[in-house]
Amino acid sequence: MIRFEQVSKVYPGGQQALNRVNLHLKAGEMAFLTGHSGAGKSTLLKLIAMMERPTSGQVFINGHNLNKITKKQIPFARRDIGMIFQNHRLLMDRSVFNNVALPLIIEGYHLSDIKRRVAAALDKVGLLDKVNSLPHSLSGGELQRVGIARAIVNKPPLLLADEPTGNLDPALSLEIMRVFEDLNSVGVAVMIATHDLGLIARMKYHTLTLRQGELIGDGLGSTDLRDSEFESVS
Amino acid sequence: MSLLFSQRKSPNAQSRMPGRSFVMFFIRHLQQALASIGELWRMPFSSLLTMAVLGVSLALPTTLHLLLKNSQQLQTSWNSASQITLFLTDNINEHDANKLMNRIALFNQISKVDYISSTQALAEFKQLSGFGDALEYLDKNPLPALLLVTPTNKFSSSEGARILLDKLEQQPEVKFGKLDVAWLEKLNSIVTLLEDAVFALGGLLLTAVVLVIGNTIRLSILNRRDEIEILKLVGATDDFIRRPFLYTGIWYGIVGGLIAWVCVSLMLWWIEGALVHLIGQFGSDFRLAGLSFIEFLWLIFGGAALGWLGAYGSVTRHVRDIEPEHQL
Repeated sequence: MIRFEQVSKVYPGGQQALNRVNLHLKAGEMAFLTGHSGAGKSTLLKLIAMMERPTSGQVFINGHNLNKITKKQIPFARRDIGMIFQNHRLLMDRSVFNNVALPLIIEGYHLSDIKRRVAAALDKVGLLDKVNSLPHSLSGGELQRVGIARAIVNKPPLLLADEPTGNLDPALSLEIMRVFEDLNSVGVAVMIATHDLGLIARMKYHTLTLRQGELIGDGLGSTDLRDSEFESVS
Repeated sequence: MSLLFSQRKSPNAQSRMPGRSFVMFFIRHLQQALASIGELWRMPFSSLLTMAVLGVSLALPTTLHLLLKNSQQLQTSWNSASQITLFLTDNINEHDANKLMNRIALFNQISKVDYISSTQALAEFKQLSGFGDALEYLDKNPLPALLLVTPTNKFSSSEGARILLDKLEQQPEVKFGKLDVAWLEKLNSIVTLLEDAVFALGGLLLTAVVLVIGNTIRLSILNRRDEIEILKLVGATDDFIRRPFLYTGIWYGIVGGLIAWVCVSLMLWWIEGALVHLIGQFGSDFRLAGLSFIEFLWLIFGGAALGWLGAYGSVTRHVRDIEPEHQL
């Protein structure tokens, strides 16, 4: 589903964010992307979301080379990727319904379809009763779940999440992870960037570890991850 | 249309009815147009202030246009009434004057001749000039006798009247003749000057309208930077993001045009009485022309077009520049 081939990214100013990264995420797979702040997690996700372009190397999604996607095509390509952010990035002056409906409105769905799909998405994250609330009246965990509902409302085959549990306590974090597991169980590929190692340790999933722009761990489970993290900390 | 995953269904594939997507296109535009009114309504005071600025900016060229239109109308109504004044030689007596009058009255270019003797002229001058008794001290009447010649319609244009004047000046009793076209031509050139001024000033003021709208839209884009980034992240095209701002610009222009119309109408109402009285003194029946319905439509559509133009210039650049790259 996602393939990186010798991908490097150097930001203007010379900061090397990624250095010849190769990775492969299979269709319907769920993976964690981990590493310290500045290790290149965000850059890696931005390359998938086409918010940045690689300096060299190629990124493929479903066999499509993202280097060949023109600027005009980017919005259409992004509709296939659900994105979830640490600070949820909701429109605070719009109701939950309008926030979740946004991707559908953009794609030009009919209002009856929009209502049905928004209800389904909110139901999946357990917030159907908050459909008419304003984001201000929701808790941090609820806001994050509204963000997830928005990401999944048009049923993208791929979900990217950047530190989705960064602002949440462990109980809420686990709850959010369960939502991702549910989504993954119906065939959605999920890539989650996080430095919450405890969380990863409890879940046996494909884990990619970055350090200073290089991929130093790529495997199942958390053993080698802990070793590598231990290394980089010491 | 899904770009990366060809097997995904797109919303358009679900609408089986032909022409439905076409109708939906307009419905969506209407929704966005109405939504942008709502956006303006959220900050009624500042929106109204901007619209008032636009209204005044549009009212000025509109007023100039009306001024021009009325002076052109005035010009045509006076043009046909051009009169030739023939000043007779000093020593002419009433009998000779009458002979001349009868002679030229036969000219087929002339519809009417009036004789004003030097005594009549002095009496009229005394009455109108206000010098009154001071004129009594003159030992002899300095005013010549004169004939007022009104040409037929065919010869009342400035060209025709001039030919007629040349012919009349050939008469021995005539010292010299004076044609009212001289000041008509002055009026003509004043009107031409006015036209140029209207175009220049109008151009400046319309540019101001475009700039004001452009700047207002720019500020509102910067205020909603976060929202634009989010829209781009969930796959909105630049066109989609741009549209509400373009509609906002159009609404600004339309309401600005309406305000301009109200301003101009009030102004017309205010000066009409005084102006008609003034023009009436020149012996011309004149009605102040207001904006016709077509001109009203021009004002509104012109406002909308300028609003769109200002918004377009501003929004195209800024929406393109805002990219969600700084924070994921």
